[in-house]
Amino acid sequence: MRDLLSIVDLGVDGIEEVLRLTDSFVEVSERRIPKVPTLRGKTVVSLFYEDSTRTRLSFESAAKRLSADTMNFSVSTSSVKKGESLRDTVLTIEAMGVDAIVVRHGSAGVPWQIAQWVDAAVINAGDGWHEHPTQALLDCYTIRERLLARRGDGSFAGLSVAVVGDVKHSRVARSDILALTTLGADVTVVAPPTLLPPGVASWPVTVSHDLDDVLPKVDVVMLLRMQVERQDEALLPSLREYTATYGLTRERARLLGDDALVMHPGPMNRGVEIAAEVADDPRSTIVRQVANGVAVRMAVLFLLLGSGSEAHG
Amino acid sequence: MAEVVLVVQGGTVVDATGTRMADVAINDDGSIAAVGPDLDVPAGARVLDATGCTVAPGLVDLHAHLREPGGEEAETIESGSRAAALGGYTAVVAMPNTSPAIDSAAVVRQVQELGAKALCDVFPAGTITVGREGTRLSPMAEMADLGVRLFTDDGSGVADSRLMRRALEYASALGVTLAQHCEDPALSAGGHMHEGEWSGRLGIPGQPAAAEELMVARDIALSRLTGAPIHLLHLSTAGSVDLVRAAKADGVAVTAEAAPHHFTLTDEACASYDPVFKVHPPLRTSDDVAAVKAGLADGTIDAIATDHAPHPVEAKEAPFDQAPPGMLGLETALALALGELDLPIESVLALLSWQPARIAGIEDRHGGPVAEGRPANLCVIDPQVTWTVDPGALASRSRNTPYAGRTLTGRVRHTILGGVPVVIDQEAQR
Repeated sequence: MRDLLSIVDLGVDGIEEVLRLTDSFVEVSERRIPKVPTLRGKTVVSLFYEDSTRTRLSFESAAKRLSADTMNFSVSTSSVKKGESLRDTVLTIEAMGVDAIVVRHGSAGVPWQIAQWVDAAVINAGDGWHEHPTQALLDCYTIRERLLARRGDGSFAGLSVAVVGDVKHSRVARSDILALTTLGADVTVVAPPTLLPPGVASWPVTVSHDLDDVLPKVDVVMLLRMQVERQDEALLPSLREYTATYGLTRERARLLGDDALVMHPGPMNRGVEIAAEVADDPRSTIVRQVANGVAVRMAVLFLLLGSGSEAHG
Repeated sequence: MAEVVLVVQGGTVVDATGTRMADVAINDDGSIAAVGPDLDVPAGARVLDATGCTVAPGLVDLHAHLREPGGEEAETIESGSRAAALGGYTAVVAMPNTSPAIDSAAVVRQVQELGAKALCDVFPAGTITVGREGTRLSPMAEMADLGVRLFTDDGSGVADSRLMRRALEYASALGVTLAQHCEDPALSAGGHMHEGEWSGRLGIPGQPAAAEELMVARDIALSRLTGAPIHLLHLSTAGSVDLVRAAKADGVAVTAEAAPHHFTLTDEACASYDPVFKVHPPLRTSDDVAAVKAGLADGTIDAIATDHAPHPVEAKEAPFDQAPPGMLGLETALALALGELDLPIESVLALLSWQPARIAGIEDRHGGPVAEGRPANLCVIDPQVTWTVDPGALASRSRNTPYAGRTLTGRVRHTILGGVPVVIDQEAQR
């Protein structure tokens, strides 16, 4: 595999391989000096056309822990502001001799276009509403880690996951749904019809508009960030009404089983899609997701750039 | 005394009156001298071989964006007309969404003057509203005086129903036709492809079929109200085809066209994220493609129009949602129609030549029968030859064909404009 553009590129074997590799990089991350020489001499550039703190930092620290050189191409300080085209920007970066380009862009499909233009590995760090494959991988890893701890079985078969909120505009939801269903989980999406993507009936998911009905039945509830703009687009009457019907309030969280996981890709809107107390509940994995994010991205970088044998060095 | 200077020899003549083996002799004044078997070739006359070929009235495109004035980096009237001639067209209606827009006599004259030197006849369409802004009527009478017969704000529709009603009423005194780009802008806002399963999966904001169908339904109602004819541009949805079919059965003065990409490609093509597949109206589903084909076959849709929309290479190297919509069409339309519609060549030519000529109001010069005394605007088609679309080999200044690498069957061999061969053996003569 040359690029990681979509969860589809990985398939079930690829996802399992990333999760296996992640185990060893979690171990590396827990060392006193969390660094291995695996990608020494390789250069990873992050090309972010959209603001992102956690994903960019997570990729950069993953690359550094693997001893890769990192470059950060920030759009606000670059020639993009002077009108340089996407293609010219990317070709310029490649000419500097990079091995991987980690790209975040507000438009769906940009990583596919870049992959056509360059020889370097392209890693999709989020494209518009479309995909965010490393987020899905770290979500799957986090689920497996908790499940293993609690019941000694890391299988996703029969696992029931609710994805709640703005699925239509969410790249996290698309990648999570692809990854979870590929691994055999049952996914229910819970959202008002205005926040469901067109054609969702053809997706391998169940659709519900009743969170109270769904919560008692699920092992995992994955909350999506609700953006304030949605109420201005007539997709919602108000955030208040959204919280009342689809928010994971303290009362609603009582409907969840004691072993259930509460997940959120961040950044959270406390008090909108998730109550503050619920975010801090022991069932919440939100901080663990961030920690695992670095290890998952190390695994992805290793898979695309590594030579293989030094993985555990 | 006119003198025969050109003989098209050995072909099968196809026009609205029928099909027959015949040579066509052409006078030095640009008129057809004779049509019949085994015509004499006078000394000094040129012979164009048409053995195994179809000799037809030149094709007529109701819908081409020639980009001049203002968009010369994408196309000029000269380069666009060369592409047209190579595609078999002898007449092209030039869309008025130029910069400045064709919304006054001055710009009409400019396009006509540039068109006079082109490799096909160029008929500027005028805008319905000033600057295509949808607020005030363009001076349609002043443009009609210069010969403009089709008016449209193409690129967008006239959203204001009251204004569209007035435009239809006003135009009805001028003997011209209004043509509509059917798209309800509130419903399509922000959409970059067809809204459906593919847009949902790809995360590209979509525009629903209903955005087109709303305006189709409205304009049918307005045509019924005013009695004025309306031509509907680039129909792309099954619902639109049904609406037009029902309106025609009711006697409404509606005509319609469809573009080759809407009967050959689906929204699935957008999965490549290549903006070459971005077009408005967008590529639709396979059900819509089937409906457009059925509409072309049963007469609901009167014409195939290219919606030839050149864009420079760099404009199509943008993210999908930032790239401009549009595809090249002039050099591929005939082959796609011959290859994909399962219609006899006579029906394909009706859709590409004499039916659009009537809608454009130019049937006196284009699309008419191949007969003595008629203007010699002709194309000679080799229906058997196969060829592969090479974007770099196209005559257009732009390269944005969605058919790159596709092998097509059927190609124009010669094109004759006003008695002068402008394309001979697939080569433009200037």
